[in-house]
Amino acid sequence: MAIIHLWGGLRPAVGDAESVDINATTIRELMTKLEERYPLMSRHIETGIAVSINGTIYQDSWAQTLPAEAEIYLLPRIQGG
Amino acid sequence: MNSDVKLTSQTFKAVGTRPIRPDGIDKVTGRARYGADFNLPGQLVGLILRSVHPHATIKKIDTAKAQALPGVKAVVTAADLPDLTDGDKDLLAVLENSMARKKVYYDGHAVAAVAAIDAKTAKAALKLIEVEYRLHKHVTDVDEAMTAKAPVLHKDCFTKGVKPTPDKPSNIANVSEFGHGNIKKGFKQADLIIERTFRTEQTHQGYIEPHACVASVSPDGTGELWVCTQGHFVFRQQCALLMGMDEAKLRVTASEIGGGFGGKTHLWLEPVALALSRKANRPVKLVMTREEVFRASGPTSATSIDVKIGVSKEGDITAAEAHLRYSSGPWEGSWAMLGAMTAFACYDLENVRTVGSEVLVNRPKTTAYRAPSAPMAAFAVESVVDELAAKIGMDPVVFRIRNSAKEGTQSSYGPVYGPIGIGATLEAAKNHPHMSAPLGENQGRGMACGFWFNFGGQACTDLNINSDGSVSLTVGTIDVGGARASLSLVVAEELGIDYSQVRTVIGDTATLGYNEMTDGSRGTFATSIAAIQSARKAIEEMKKRAAQHWDMPVEDVVWEEGHAIAKGKSKKNRPPMSIADIASQAAKTGGPIAGHTEMVADGAGVSFATHICDVELDPETGLTRVIRYTVIQDAGKAVHPTYVEGQFQGGAAQGIGWALNEEYVYGENGRLQNPGFLDYRIPVCSDLPMIDTQILEIPNPNHPYGVRGVGETSIVPPLAAIANAVSNASGVRMTHVPMSPPRILQALEDATTT
Repeated sequence: MAIIHLWGGLRPAVGDAESVDINATTIRELMTKLEERYPLMSRHIETGIAVSINGTIYQDSWAQTLPAEAEIYLLPRIQGG
Repeated sequence: MNSDVKLTSQTFKAVGTRPIRPDGIDKVTGRARYGADFNLPGQLVGLILRSVHPHATIKKIDTAKAQALPGVKAVVTAADLPDLTDGDKDLLAVLENSMARKKVYYDGHAVAAVAAIDAKTAKAALKLIEVEYRLHKHVTDVDEAMTAKAPVLHKDCFTKGVKPTPDKPSNIANVSEFGHGNIKKGFKQADLIIERTFRTEQTHQGYIEPHACVASVSPDGTGELWVCTQGHFVFRQQCALLMGMDEAKLRVTASEIGGGFGGKTHLWLEPVALALSRKANRPVKLVMTREEVFRASGPTSATSIDVKIGVSKEGDITAAEAHLRYSSGPWEGSWAMLGAMTAFACYDLENVRTVGSEVLVNRPKTTAYRAPSAPMAAFAVESVVDELAAKIGMDPVVFRIRNSAKEGTQSSYGPVYGPIGIGATLEAAKNHPHMSAPLGENQGRGMACGFWFNFGGQACTDLNINSDGSVSLTVGTIDVGGARASLSLVVAEELGIDYSQVRTVIGDTATLGYNEMTDGSRGTFATSIAAIQSARKAIEEMKKRAAQHWDMPVEDVVWEEGHAIAKGKSKKNRPPMSIADIASQAAKTGGPIAGHTEMVADGAGVSFATHICDVELDPETGLTRVIRYTVIQDAGKAVHPTYVEGQFQGGAAQGIGWALNEEYVYGENGRLQNPGFLDYRIPVCSDLPMIDTQILEIPNPNHPYGVRGVGETSIVPPLAAIANAVSNASGVRMTHVPMSPPRILQALEDATTT
């Protein structure tokens, strides 16, 4: 069971929790389970959530594996210039 | 991400060299085709009518007289661009910005457009369009817009991100908060606390090429768009949605680009050009004037930022807090959020809190500008950091090294950092001769750090082996800063051939799968991974073809230095086959040889830089000259070092302009007072010293060659580095950017009277 940390903008969708526990092995599985458990997450997932795995940010690679004991942090999708 | 993107230790032959760029001759001889250089038979001239009112309701638009003018082929208003966005508020804002619907929100907002047989007729037609407005009070200042008495731009704007949700609308679109630890406790532990408010003015990206496009829509529902853009696939996707077209029926070709810096990641006049062409049934060219570029495209946020940092007498930061207010133009963005995320990202902090407020104002829609929002936040934070170091008697570099983030630090925006390069850039600065060079009278030195995220994203490339053995690479990311040269280098490296044998071109949207834009410092990072994979696939195919030719199993063929080589005792007399040899046999061994890749390139890795700056200040006039400037940044692996240096220098040059001169000036009437390069002063060569660079190469583990994005971070530290230098030269802490001569004189005068 991994602890998933959430940035402030996502917390209202999970009952204002700073983190949630979810058992997932890939980003895709994480997103699917988040949506199942917290339907309000759907809108955020559709507009884009970045996932930080041990400090490296993934914006689109949903096949990326979530290593055991990794620090997982959900962040807003970043715009660049 | 595919498995072969992981870093492998290797020595390079092509990568790291500095060949001449393939687009260089065309660009210096005028042969290169930019947005305004495309022309089609029967093409019409398009012009846009823009509001001079900063905030008004459109009561009525009468286009009858304009439509009746001989030579006018089409007039369009919002009625010709129906809302097909299906609830997508961001896309609706793009549409509404392209053409005002019920209200105009800024001086320069488009209200109608014409297409005519020539410019004279089009101008005459614009004058015949009658628009009846009901004027409203306006607000252009970020702080004023947050007050209760400010006119509210949107009656349905209720601040998001605060609890409880307000029951009254306001101009504060959203509030974002980041941080960890206990701020109150941290400030109690401090021996010294400094708290200041900073302001930065709105600046434009200042790209030399104005926005331009040619649209041609056929009665059969297909269309083509030639456009200057940072991302033609994104433009196709959004334009097709707004026009109600299938993406396959809209072909977008990108021109050469005369600078973008984020300002060409957004649609501006393209939907209008398509609507005009559809109505006129003729191609239509739209080219913005410089005045239109300033009034109606691309500026970054104006900001107002409070920073409070506490430090122990030993030099440890005990707590840090920032409240950041960013103007967003008339529509919500995420600019304040990015400022809040990046503000303290360089530091290892136990107690930190940042709050960003996104503020709507009657100014053009805020657009990304190179590491968007980070330079302003860095200006405020790095100014206070410098002041704290001075007050406790510590060298500013040593103070930063003591407090800098490192592997394992929880970043101020949330995640724990992996291996990062801030420490290496600071150590390099500490040891750089610039830091110990003597200074003269009225001169001051400043330094500052900066952070940016970088990202990757979707990429698709095609590599074709031509019949003579030369190699063509087609990519879908725009070449802004020399990417074609860099991508040719990585292909040459993989294939083991000379750079001159590879030619990289930008394909149109019909030739490749979707590619994301050239933004987020992603162009070379992401596309080079795809190019490397395409080359590796082509090598596998060429090994098969050689094996066929030699009538031996492919397992007995290896690839070395641009040749297929037969291995094994019975094969040793076979001469190696070059790419040209293999290509010459292609028809007899299976046809054309190519390598195609489609992928998502993630894992770009965050980026840090440290800048050092010397200025000389004229206390009589307030004029500041930058006399020496050094950029130190981690590039992972510099594919083409000259262009990496160019990115470092370009970001610093833009930051120097932002720090010293550039600003949007609005009159009380809400109209932009300086929409031209005479009154909006960007630096020219004679304003700048040679900008020295030091490239650090700490390999990115998520790229086969260790490459990191380098395009944006270099604009983050300059505002702060220059402000620290000016403050050190003048003895007065500068808190308002740009530090133009009048503003410096005022600060000096205020200091002597207090």
